[in-house]
Amino acid sequence: MVELTLPKNSRMVSGKTWPKPEGATNVRTVKIYRYDAVEGSAPRLDTYFVDLDTCGPMVLDVLIKIKNEIDPTLTFRRSCREGICGSCAMNIDGINTLACIYGIDEIEGDIKIYPLPHMPVVKDLIPDLTHFYAQHASIMPWLETATNTPEKEWRQSIEDRKKLDGLYECVMCASCSTACPSYWWNGDRYLGPAALLHAYRWIIDSRDEATGKRLDDLEDPFKLYRCHTIMNCTKTCPKGLNPAEAIAQVKKMMVERRV
Amino acid sequence: MADVNRGNRPLSPHLTIYRPQLTSMSSIMVRITGIALFCLSILIVFWLLSVSSSEGAFGFMDGLMRSWFGDLILFGATWALIYHMFGRLRHVIWDFGYCLDVEKSEKMAKIMFGGATVLAILVALVV
Repeated sequence: MVELTLPKNSRMVSGKTWPKPEGATNVRTVKIYRYDAVEGSAPRLDTYFVDLDTCGPMVLDVLIKIKNEIDPTLTFRRSCREGICGSCAMNIDGINTLACIYGIDEIEGDIKIYPLPHMPVVKDLIPDLTHFYAQHASIMPWLETATNTPEKEWRQSIEDRKKLDGLYECVMCASCSTACPSYWWNGDRYLGPAALLHAYRWIIDSRDEATGKRLDDLEDPFKLYRCHTIMNCTKTCPKGLNPAEAIAQVKKMMVERRV
Repeated sequence: MADVNRGNRPLSPHLTIYRPQLTSMSSIMVRITGIALFCLSILIVFWLLSVSSSEGAFGFMDGLMRSWFGDLILFGATWALIYHMFGRLRHVIWDFGYCLDVEKSEKMAKIMFGGATVLAILVALVV
């Protein structure tokens, strides 16, 4: 359902302004979404001031610096700091991306950081991704085979392997799905760009033998067809992948197998 | 998405914080112009109704349509009709599997906005 406004418990109030660093000349204002269930108060937007002369180049460096030096209660997910784990996905400067590979110099003015949009918030910048992962699991993200031969590894031609390029690189950071207005309004039933890109990855795998069943499962007014090619997914993907095209290819296959 | 929210967790902000994209704006405009054209069809029904009811009613409706306000509505409607047509045409191109990258989609969005404006002005000048 389209609900343009946030529910009552989710509306933000103005937050705390933390002290400026002393003697710093290159200070940047950073505004970060804060929420703590233990405090029980409304989500708020805190303002921090970070000295960029003593800070690394990425947005994740800013967050780590704030946590280390200003406010240890600030909470966020991070791990690899090189864009391969997908943990630090968040909304930075109005788009979803990975904090570790998004440069501070790409942002003009104040740095605004929110959790991934339209998700239940566990704490600060950490959304609850349970449902998102369940949707991924629902598309059978594995090689499904019926026959048993050959008993050794299943070979793939160079051309067939090429079809997986631009699909297998997905790190499941959820940036695309949470950028999609259709996923915002119908995320309970619409699978979203991430899960559908993975669905397509297995559908076109030459070794997979459940293509028909996979397409049958997606033949549903909500699971697949809530995609209206809004393209926020492709535009925001921090790995430069194209979920919109993957979904369009699935829709095309649905038509092709009927004619 | 309340049913997938475990516990009483707040929903993170969405529309108000997400930066508008050329692709998303051109997409929602297709829907908005579609709804606007539906409303316009009701206006046309009223116009036809006035023709069949009385001279006074027709005079009122015709006057309204020929006033500056009517001109404004009809110009907007022309723009909406052309834009909507371009938008659906873009969907046809996409559905055949072409131009599905951001760069080409944004180029098509610019053509939709620009083309609709130019053609609407042309129609207004000719008619």
